[in-house]
Amino acid sequence: MSDQPEDSNRKVLIRIQHLNKSFGSLKVLENANLEVFQGENLIVLGKSGAGKSVLIKLIIGLLRPDSGIINVLGQQIDQLKPKQLQQLRLKIGFSFQNSALYDSMTVRENLAFPLVRNHRHLKPREVNAQVERVLESVGLLPLIDQMPASLSGGQKKRVGIARTLILRPEIMLYDEPTSGLDPITSMEINSLINRVRERFNTTSIVITHDLVCAKEVGDRVIMLLDGKFEKQGTFEEIFDTDDDRIKSFYNYNFLQSKL
Amino acid sequence: MKAALASFFSILANIYWFTIQFFKEVFTARFESREFVKQCHQIGVGSLALIGLTGFITGFVFTNQSRPSLANFGATSWLPSLVSIAVVRALSSLVTALIISGKVGSQIGAELGSMRVTEQIEAMEVSASNPFNFLVVTRVFATTLMMPVLSLYTALMGLLGGYLNIHQNELISFASFMDKSFNAINMTDLAALIFRALVFGFTIGIISCYQGYHASKGTESVGIAANRSVVISMFLIFLEELLIVHVFKMFR
Repeated sequence: MSDQPEDSNRKVLIRIQHLNKSFGSLKVLENANLEVFQGENLIVLGKSGAGKSVLIKLIIGLLRPDSGIINVLGQQIDQLKPKQLQQLRLKIGFSFQNSALYDSMTVRENLAFPLVRNHRHLKPREVNAQVERVLESVGLLPLIDQMPASLSGGQKKRVGIARTLILRPEIMLYDEPTSGLDPITSMEINSLINRVRERFNTTSIVITHDLVCAKEVGDRVIMLLDGKFEKQGTFEEIFDTDDDRIKSFYNYNFLQSKL
Repeated sequence: MKAALASFFSILANIYWFTIQFFKEVFTARFESREFVKQCHQIGVGSLALIGLTGFITGFVFTNQSRPSLANFGATSWLPSLVSIAVVRALSSLVTALIISGKVGSQIGAELGSMRVTEQIEAMEVSASNPFNFLVVTRVFATTLMMPVLSLYTALMGLLGGYLNIHQNELISFASFMDKSFNAINMTDLAALIFRALVFGFTIGIISCYQGYHASKGTESVGIAANRSVVISMFLIFLEELLIVHVFKMFR
């Protein structure tokens, strides 16, 4: 853990060591090391194509690493059998960049889908009650019988988050939660991410290139540059630097938000 | 040439492993009965009108086209048996399979392809919901079981088309037509029809699901998946027809 500080008082839920991942000749992650502590919101910042989404897809086992260790909740992801991986995934929520709602199902059916399949003993009445409770927590109960096609971008994101929350995950992985949203809706999503942590006691990794989101949501920010986690700290610490790559990232985002 | 061959065998190997996974899931995963019934309804009931009309026209046109040859020998009274042999032994299952691979195969390929592209399949995976069991097993089962039903329906409609044509020209009664038709075929013919339909249905299901499930990212791949589902299914159906005809010849 060359570029990580020791923090012996807090439980590490995700530990990544010497992680390498390439697609053909393109090296996306190179000897990356990272620890995520229980209860924190960790922001991973980086340019588009820097490998941020690849990182969380590796964590949840959608992709396999070329080499290195990914340890999640005490289990090494790439050594798990399918059943074990399935059990572990119940403890990890994944919010997709484009929400990935099942477009042939209503909002209610979208939320009930993972619940019914992972808790077969639940009666329809209990499933409905849980679906309604979680939808209420994201403020979308009135839309329960709508089809995804009739929802706005922000509503889709919130339904996507609600669908992951229904399984009561310990870890939440957010892939670009505010991308494609207007500033007001982005702020709503940011406060939802904070509320989710408070209400569901989750530990989160938020992948973003939105600095407002990073500042609002993150306890700790880490910069992914050229396949490595280059710098970490609070939002202010990260951008107090002489590194031109980080400065240009800040300036570009700042300029965009000004515009 | 070498690369094309390697790619061809690699696809064959992938389809083989996809089929193995299908049977593994059939015996290990919980059956998604609601989705299965929904798919059966979409494939079966949703295709009845098209299949019925196609079967009727096939029987009608086949009878009409066969008449001059038989009339040369004064043997138009053989038309009912000729029609029933042609419809039951070959046309019904083949016509149904071609229609279903076009209608249902492309639909499954595009639906699963679009779900892959929009990360809906990944969303099922990360919520530990076994998308293969929910999407593939139900659809393959539905196409496999609906094909014999639809093929029998096509055969019936084909015979009806044949009867109407014969009735117009030879003034034969319905009872007499049916009597002559069913005397010309036997249980082996019916068993062959059902067996062929099962094989064709499984082929359409597995090929279409494979193409859709493994669509690469990008909207273009949805169209490619739909297109390949139809082309490969149809090609395999003709190959299987050739093999099955020879196998059942041994039982006759």
